Amino acid sequence: MKKKQVLVACGAGIATSTIVNKEIEEICKENNIECDIVQIKITEVGSYVDTADLLISTTIVQTEYPFPVINARAFLTGIGLDEVKKEILEQLKK
Amino acid sequence: MCEIYFDESLILKDIDVNSREELLRTMATNLFRKGLVKESFIEAVIEREKNFATGLPTSSISVAIPHTDSEHVNKKAISVAILKEPVNFGVMGEINVETPVQIVFMLAIDKKDSHLVLLQKLMEIFQNAEELQFLILEENKTNIKKRLTNHLQIR
Repeated sequence: MKKKQVLVACGAGIATSTIVNKEIEEICKENNIECDIVQIKITEVGSYVDTADLLISTTIVQTEYPFPVINARAFLTGIGLDEVKKEILEQLKK
Repeated sequence: MCEIYFDESLILKDIDVNSREELLRTMATNLFRKGLVKESFIEAVIEREKNFATGLPTSSISVAIPHTDSEHVNKKAISVAILKEPVNFGVMGEINVETPVQIVFMLAIDKKDSHLVLLQKLMEIFQNAEELQFLILEENKTNIKKRLTNHLQIR
């Protein structure tokens, strides 16, 4: 299976995406999934349209992309975390 | 341990503000007066909050983590405001949804990766209703500082 490219984005690309980035690394490790995680600002997503397989974002995503988008706020508040982890895992295993 | 500037003067307790902008301006100006951020941080953090809201509903008290680009930061720092009356913040990642925020952690952070532990610890606090309640009820800034320094593993 081709290594998936996962974009982890937030407004500044330095704060909340740092946390989510780490969490995605953990999920991948636990499930033996190899993927290429890229931590970016939400405004940089456009540069990855051709290569990305998934976008995980803590901020609003208003543009339509050819890959699925998952809201990652649960990693910050713990609310609904299991569901989001499950959703991410399903996408990574596709 | 994470090297980040934090002292009693960065704890704003029971502040009375009428709007989110006034609150952000008060906190950012305080950071600027201490030389921790550049003057441009003030408008940048207000503007960023408009475009990328940072309000986070928790299982108890809603919090917010306003921050902006690292180019406006001189020295890594964190400031905390505990409000008498909640102020509405947009909810992170939602369109037109607001939450009444009572505790605000303003982050002056530089390059990525260097503050992972701090952020992780902060999120632990958000998921701990007792800890948030402590911040609301405690009157003594020294106690608040001690508790947060301890929890966030900062110095």
